[in-house]
Amino acid sequence: MSNVPSELKFLSSHEWVLVEGDVATVGVSDHAQELLGDLVFVELPEPESSVSAGDSVAVIESVKAASDTYAPVTGKIIEVNVELEDSPERINDDPYGDGWMYKIKMEDPDEVNDLLDADAYTESIEEDD
Amino acid sequence: MSKNTPLHQAHLDASAKMVDFAGWDMPIHYGSQISEHHLVRSDAGMFDVSHMTVVDATGDDARAYLQNLLSNDIAKLKTQGKALYSCMLNDNGGVVDDLIVYFIHDSFYRVIINSATRDKDIAWLNRQASAYPNLSLRERDDVAMIAVQGPAARERALTIFADGQRAPVESLGRFMAVEVGEYFVGRTGYTGEDGFEILMPVDEAVSCWQGLLDAGVKPCGLGARDTLRLEAGMNLYGTDMDETTSPLISGLGWTLAMSDERNFIGKQALQAELDRGVQQQMVGLVLLDKGVLRNHLKVVTNDGEGEITSGSFSPTLGKSIALARIPAGITGEVEVEIRNKLLKADVVKIPFVKQGKSCI
Repeated sequence: MSNVPSELKFLSSHEWVLVEGDVATVGVSDHAQELLGDLVFVELPEPESSVSAGDSVAVIESVKAASDTYAPVTGKIIEVNVELEDSPERINDDPYGDGWMYKIKMEDPDEVNDLLDADAYTESIEEDD
Repeated sequence: MSKNTPLHQAHLDASAKMVDFAGWDMPIHYGSQISEHHLVRSDAGMFDVSHMTVVDATGDDARAYLQNLLSNDIAKLKTQGKALYSCMLNDNGGVVDDLIVYFIHDSFYRVIINSATRDKDIAWLNRQASAYPNLSLRERDDVAMIAVQGPAARERALTIFADGQRAPVESLGRFMAVEVGEYFVGRTGYTGEDGFEILMPVDEAVSCWQGLLDAGVKPCGLGARDTLRLEAGMNLYGTDMDETTSPLISGLGWTLAMSDERNFIGKQALQAELDRGVQQQMVGLVLLDKGVLRNHLKVVTNDGEGEITSGSFSPTLGKSIALARIPAGITGEVEVEIRNKLLKADVVKIPFVKQGKSCI
């Protein structure tokens, strides 16, 4: 059973969001990294670029396949986790910590209300199984 | 309803992640595909390959039958137990399947073919058999198969054999096989490492697997098997070649025995292709930019386009590598289109890795 921290919000496409003020930190869930297997490459968004909720902004590649990941909220990319360029396995080892991907300064913090909470996300991954 | 090998429960007990492979429920990894890959390059790992298809061809006509069926020539097999890699072709020179044939004695050959192609292969084998009255074909679904691979594989695997049986296995030469008791042991594999492929009666599989576990051999999944074979520059049927591609454009020209008098299915078509001039070549690619090469990506060269047939990440090299079919004569640097960007890649000779060492 994969780990779904209760303080985070989620997309059904397996991104997690940690909200602190108007900054959203984004990564992919433990369940997603388990499905993908060993990650070998991450293509991150450009810092300072503007993204809209639902945009494909990062690609994570495991040995087996490439997967798009989507921006959960609208805003500007203010920081990316450059450590992932050389150590993409951080996403496998610590998906909710060292494996974070990027931070968005949100235009509209109310967008967070459209995201899944931990219970709803857990339910959505159980349905997939 | 998917098929299970005799080791299915052993995989579940080892927390394997199971996937469908050609109708079989098989382990893709037991936690980390990359760790399993490194283990085979540095020590020893084992793969359940019981899903593969084993066919025994016996009788006075077995030799003539296989000489007509196969594009490599079993006449090269002078010593009992010797193995040969070959393709079987259709009339157009396309590859029906690739296989290993073991010469057991003059009227007994054992053929190991792919599992994904089992039904069409069996139909093809039977169809070609009609002209040979003294031939018997028997599918051996009563045997299981475990591949033990890696620099320490032989040493570790030898411990499972009883004292009286160990010597013939220990002295086995490369690409040779021997029967010991109910086991059939070949010094062959699909990883570029030394090791054995061990066939045994289905009801012996669990104890053999356990014996290897006790000898310190760790289970490895089909995921690692794929990156290992790609690093070793070994083709995967259905991906790198199929019924529409000849061995000449699939990096398999070395398996063709064209020069002698012998006729075989597809020989005429191959000769015609050679006479016209072979238009494409199979090469290795190493990605110079960041990213991962994938199957079917377009390769752009200064003499036309090509295509990646198998692309992945090489855990040994820490880079992305691929097999690609590109126009003949191209060397040096090419570009690969990934997500609308052109990334640089070097054309290299295969294999990429041999016995744990980088070749590039």
